[in-house]
Amino acid sequence: MGFYVSFGTVLLLLAVTAPVSLSFGFFGAMAARARFAPLSWLGKGYIAIVRGVPDIAFFLFFVIALDQGIEYLLHSVRCPDWTDPIRQGSDFVVCDSAKMPLNSSPQWIHEVYGFSLAVLTFAIVFGAFAGNVLFGAMNSVPRGQIETAEAYGMTHRQAFWRILVPQMWIYALPGLSNLWMVLIKATPLLFLLGVEDIVYWARELGASKTARFTDYPHGDWRMWYFLALLIFYLAFTKVSEVVLERITKKLSHGQATVGGEAQRKAA
Amino acid sequence: MSCWQTLQDYAFRSLGYGERLLPRNDFTLCEQFVLIGSGMIWNVYFGVLAVITGFFFANLLAVAKLSGNRWARKPAEWFIFIFRGSPLFIQFFFAYFLFLNLKSVSPIFDPFSAAWLGALIVLFLNTAAYSGEIFHGALLSIPRGDMEAADAYGFSGWKKFRKITWPTMMRLAWPAYTNEAIFLFHATTLVYFSGFPAWRQQGDALYYARYFADKTFNPFIPYPILAFYFILLTLVIIKVFGLVNTYLNRHLPQANRRKIRLRPNLIR
Repeated sequence: MGFYVSFGTVLLLLAVTAPVSLSFGFFGAMAARARFAPLSWLGKGYIAIVRGVPDIAFFLFFVIALDQGIEYLLHSVRCPDWTDPIRQGSDFVVCDSAKMPLNSSPQWIHEVYGFSLAVLTFAIVFGAFAGNVLFGAMNSVPRGQIETAEAYGMTHRQAFWRILVPQMWIYALPGLSNLWMVLIKATPLLFLLGVEDIVYWARELGASKTARFTDYPHGDWRMWYFLALLIFYLAFTKVSEVVLERITKKLSHGQATVGGEAQRKAA
Repeated sequence: MSCWQTLQDYAFRSLGYGERLLPRNDFTLCEQFVLIGSGMIWNVYFGVLAVITGFFFANLLAVAKLSGNRWARKPAEWFIFIFRGSPLFIQFFFAYFLFLNLKSVSPIFDPFSAAWLGALIVLFLNTAAYSGEIFHGALLSIPRGDMEAADAYGFSGWKKFRKITWPTMMRLAWPAYTNEAIFLFHATTLVYFSGFPAWRQQGDALYYARYFADKTFNPFIPYPILAFYFILLTLVIIKVFGLVNTYLNRHLPQANRRKIRLRPNLIR
């Protein structure tokens, strides 16, 4: 049963992470474009640092770092009269009421907490990637469009929201669809973050079962479970490819790009 | 214990030489640096061998994918689709358990379930698929004029491919291929995370970094060390591939040479 639910977990993660990281990326790109220098450094720094660090190390690092950060903040708020140092040798000690989640809370809260940490980590990492794509896309909207907007007397803000943002998507789409493919393929890493996802269940259920522990004894089936996962991902990739192709077609409509031009000629 | 002593004890720990026990408490910065660096030996081993062997197979795949013969084209297309369409992580798991099952069929397969061979095969196939796609794209974007010029000079068949098509393809594909190589080196960290066990605690850099992070509950030291090593490794790769790039473009005027633009990627 858990095996089937875990497919839902993966899909839910994708559904939640995609918009969240897109908005992270949007803010990152907006900050990087800002005319106020420190804000632009912040945006560019965020994009550069996250992109530069090797892959899964980031995931491993962020989950613990976020967890400890949250606990540390709660600790400073809830237990101000705690005198012992927090790092005691190799232990990280906070007072009981600052434990996240609380020791007393039911199992599902622990799971939800773990899941949201995972989503946040994914969003931070993929937000940087999306930010880079959107930043490039904003810069590739033809300069003339903005100049026209300014000639019509639009303010900087109006030109950004009414002219730049609607037009940038077609330029961002190739990068974003690539990112979506990468995101799909990153989901098995949930397993590393301690969420009971499909990899976890494939290992658990596939392992040798003897008649003593279960009603359905079988040998080592993990190979077949992982084959099923492989096929699941392949199918998912294929479906995404088809859908993204449709979106591209739709977005190129009426754009001054090669794709849009081809559509105009065909019509 | 001095740092020099630590270096002697642990510099080749990942290969099984030196001190057998990993440090258990009072971890010094030096120990972390040396052990994680020792693990990098495996990352370099996997990366270098997979890139070199994968390169040849990728060329074959790219040509096969472009060929008019469907018996050559279809298998290449499927191969590339399967390895690019599924997560490397799952591929590792699947391969490991596949080799485990094969082990009971014949003892020939014994070494395959060990990381040094089994994981190398997966990485080899994986990078071949990714680079094959890059080379295929490059083949498609060879300027038509080059081909026409080759025809005009009377080149044909193998000679045309060897003298004109292939060098041009390499030139076009090289910047993307550099990124693929960097990406592959980063992907080597997945090996000991999937099914493949670290025999006698001889793991790669991430294995040791995680060991320290687990023991100390402090991710802020081992992971930045790991990142440091990887940035160093990436710089070396860029340097080496940059040299090849200059060699490939040696006939062009200096200013026209295409610079390699670094585009690090995430998880495959």
